[in-house]
Amino acid sequence: MANRALGAPQLPGPQPVAKQEVAGETRVATEALIKTGGSEVADGIFRYAMLACGLCVLALVGLIVYQLATHSHLSWQAFGLKFFFQSAWDPVNDEYGALPFVYGTIVSSILALIIAVPLAIGVAVFITEMCPVWLRGPLSFTTELLAAIPSVIYGLWAIFVLVPLLRNYVQPFLVRYFGWTTLFEGPPFGIGMLAAGIILAIMIVPIISAITREVMTAVPQQQREAVLALGATRWEMIRTGVLRNARAGIMGGIILGLGRALGETMAVTMVIGNRPEIAKSLFAPGYTMASVIANEFSEATGDLYLSSLVEVGLALFIVTIIVNIIAQFLVWTVTRGTPARANG
Amino acid sequence: MASSTALTNDFAAAPISLRRRLMDWTATGAAVAAVVLVLAPLGAIFGYLVYKGIGAVNWNFLTQIPKPPGEVGGGMANAIAGSAYILMIASVIGVPIGIGAGIYLAEYGRNRFGDVIRFTADVLNGVPSIVIGIVAYGIVVLRQGHFSALAGGVALAIMMIPTITRATEEMLLLVPNVVREAAYGLGVSRWRTTLSITLRTATSGVITGVMLAFARVAGETAPLLFTAFGNTYWNWKINEPTAALSLQVFTYATSPYDDWHRQAWAGALMLIVLIVLSVTAVRIAARRGMKGA
Repeated sequence: MANRALGAPQLPGPQPVAKQEVAGETRVATEALIKTGGSEVADGIFRYAMLACGLCVLALVGLIVYQLATHSHLSWQAFGLKFFFQSAWDPVNDEYGALPFVYGTIVSSILALIIAVPLAIGVAVFITEMCPVWLRGPLSFTTELLAAIPSVIYGLWAIFVLVPLLRNYVQPFLVRYFGWTTLFEGPPFGIGMLAAGIILAIMIVPIISAITREVMTAVPQQQREAVLALGATRWEMIRTGVLRNARAGIMGGIILGLGRALGETMAVTMVIGNRPEIAKSLFAPGYTMASVIANEFSEATGDLYLSSLVEVGLALFIVTIIVNIIAQFLVWTVTRGTPARANG
Repeated sequence: MASSTALTNDFAAAPISLRRRLMDWTATGAAVAAVVLVLAPLGAIFGYLVYKGIGAVNWNFLTQIPKPPGEVGGGMANAIAGSAYILMIASVIGVPIGIGAGIYLAEYGRNRFGDVIRFTADVLNGVPSIVIGIVAYGIVVLRQGHFSALAGGVALAIMMIPTITRATEEMLLLVPNVVREAAYGLGVSRWRTTLSITLRTATSGVITGVMLAFARVAGETAPLLFTAFGNTYWNWKINEPTAALSLQVFTYATSPYDDWHRQAWAGALMLIVLIVLSVTAVRIAARRGMKGA
């Protein structure tokens, strides 16, 4: 089963294969039977054709790296590492710095996590531990439906429903009661970092809650029974028996959600305001790495301009890859069959 | 779990302090509140889509091409066709490669090298769609010298492949080895066994995987922005810029015109309806095919 490990976290399907592993002698017999099939040439061709498809997957990732690296070469030569610490984004004078985008991406994603994580864990806890069995299926289906809505539709909804709601009700409220934090200053346009964070949160809740549910289900039933037998209430059982055992996997789900939030493009582009500025207030417009590419790529005229945009893409690619690998590893530690800490 | 609830009742004989009981109630309340807060936007989004979209979908919307900016009327006929066209190109490229790679992983790839491909597929799955757009721009648009339906199709195909690969593998692994051995025993060659027996048995699962991938890319906008690019007229040439429903929704939603806003809602509704329709159609067709077999 170990050789399926890396893929295992994503697809929770049953894993009956290992038990059907052909025993030594049978394997020999099977091999012999295959040989008498008599079409070794056709078998060889088929095998290599399928191998070619498999290699395509490798080639695609190679191609992505190659494309991003070669096309961002110019910008890398011109600015070096300074590119990510400079805040001037001035196509007229051919001066490019990605700091505002990096800032916007990080702040909007963190904001999304702050909102989404408690909700997602709450939903997962309710579905796996609290809700009646008949409600479990429909409820998980419905939350997963959120993941199937295209990004552009989230954006559309955000522009015409969420933003006016924020402008007329939420933002005045925040200014009045939380104005002292200086996080909520400036005119309440509705559009801006806060709107982007909220729409991102709605989009990543299904991912985090799906993974959380999966790792919570992987916690052995005896853990629950043992804690309950000690006289714990249901919540104490969930906290000490389930959440604590599943925490590495839940962390993995959260990081997977982060990966999605970092790379999310359309919905954010439609509500964040698209201005390359660094402002402390969450009401202020911002810009993210993905949305600057979306907005400016097809209009980028100069070679250096285009190259800078590709370099933003390269950075985004590297960060999301690292984030995804960490997340998969964490989920795998929980779902591989044994709880993270046997004595938890 | 049902059994754990039963256990709570049996074992909670010892008195539980009010503080702990309150904590328990609070936690339950918080979980219910979280469910409500998560379902509210879902309801709101679907509600608005239907409420705003239905009124705007009419004959003109379905049969006409867009009017110049600011003029009232026109429709998204070319965008609907364009989306179908781009998705067809993407499926033609992506589905065979994805299924092939899945077959390789399930039937030949139970080794180190298979692990590398599996891992790479998962990496590819996590690449942001906008980055895929840049890559498709590099390999198709730059080479051709202009935006095209083909470039959009390639971008979406790249996004479909890892999903299809992993789903196909998972489904083929569910087919018991006994079935394969039975075929070998009858003298059926290995490739024939894989295609006509193993893949055939797993058909409905594989199709579900393909549809998942299809639904995932059908609403994608970011990778089409600078590949398919959009077009206000009809286009059936693979080498020309092509309109797409998602692109049109984006353009109209961010425009200053009321009539375009109205059409953006209609377009979004169409997008959802088209995704749901195509997924169910293929599912039903697959089930019929399975029965006939």
